[in-house]
Amino acid sequence: MTGAGLTGQGPDALGLFIFFARLSLLAVGGANAAVPEMHRRMVDGFGWMTDADFANAYALANAAPGPNVLVVALLGWRLYGGPGLVSATLGMLGPAWIVAWIAGGWTQRLAGRAWLKAARAGLVPVAIGLTLATGLIMSGAAAIGWTSYAVTIGAALFVWLSRFSPGWALLGGGLVGILLL
Amino acid sequence: MNDAISPGIDTLGPPPGPWGLFTAYAKAASLGFGGANAWCRRVIVEERRWMTEREYAEVMGIGQVLPGPNVGNAAVMIGRRFAGLPGSVAACLGLYGPPLVMLMGFALAWDQLGSIPTVAGFMHGVAAAAAGMVIGNAARQATRLRLPWDLIGIGLCAAAAAAWFQMPLLLIVAVLGPAGIAAVVVRGRRA
Repeated sequence: MTGAGLTGQGPDALGLFIFFARLSLLAVGGANAAVPEMHRRMVDGFGWMTDADFANAYALANAAPGPNVLVVALLGWRLYGGPGLVSATLGMLGPAWIVAWIAGGWTQRLAGRAWLKAARAGLVPVAIGLTLATGLIMSGAAAIGWTSYAVTIGAALFVWLSRFSPGWALLGGGLVGILLL
Repeated sequence: MNDAISPGIDTLGPPPGPWGLFTAYAKAASLGFGGANAWCRRVIVEERRWMTEREYAEVMGIGQVLPGPNVGNAAVMIGRRFAGLPGSVAACLGLYGPPLVMLMGFALAWDQLGSIPTVAGFMHGVAAAAAGMVIGNAARQATRLRLPWDLIGIGLCAAAAAAWFQMPLLLIVAVLGPAGIAAVVVRGRRA
């Protein structure tokens, strides 16, 4: 057990803020990359919540629209109500915002340099590959049978090859889900 | 610098102010089932045409190596680039504000309705389709950028390392980032 004042009963607002601020600065590769670490510490380490509660919050944040990082808002809310929501969200987003702001300034100022252009172009395939990985992990988590995989493949082809809005793929997937899942 | 990654047919629209950034991100995030990246790319590159496919991919690449949420990092940098501090704040408010409200509503509704089979089936289907959307978005990006084979190989390595072998992302970025940069430099010399 680390951290002053943290007990198995749950953290206070400041404790949540510090916890998520620290976590966010380690989360290279995005919010999904931080989820295993979040789970390890909140459930197994600090005993703030049960495994089922955590899994439910994660599933809801994935199913709801918007950035999946907002799972921290839901976790904070379930732990400590409104103040928990605010402090968890600010902790996760604030420090990262400052880092990105500074980095954005650098890349603008140094935009003409050859090495920066090479660095930017060279990171593109890694970013796309990690997006692909997120999709693959999500498809595994969402699957409850072969129908799920068929829906995933169909939606992937639709988004890849058509110019129509991806919303149709989501709606279609939901309707297939009502009928078959 | 590198004709291997060409942006394709892109005529850019007029650059946005803070309000435009807010509405674009609010729209992308509110529609963004399964994560906001796919929708942000679509709205910014394909609908509003503020950035080329390549520019957007490059900002996402930087967002990926910075700590914190990728799309959020990209929103901070894109907002700053077009409209300074107000633009950056507006983009983030659009990205996080509306979905946060919806998520809370969603969680409350789920507590009430989650056990109804029709609702559960619909949500399972949407989750599976959202995963497909994220995969299709990656494929669409790679296709539109006409990535050469070596960069596609690096991308697939990154995907396999993260999804299959579940390697730490820091390690993946530390190894494959320089590999990608080296591949781009070598191509630039040959061209």
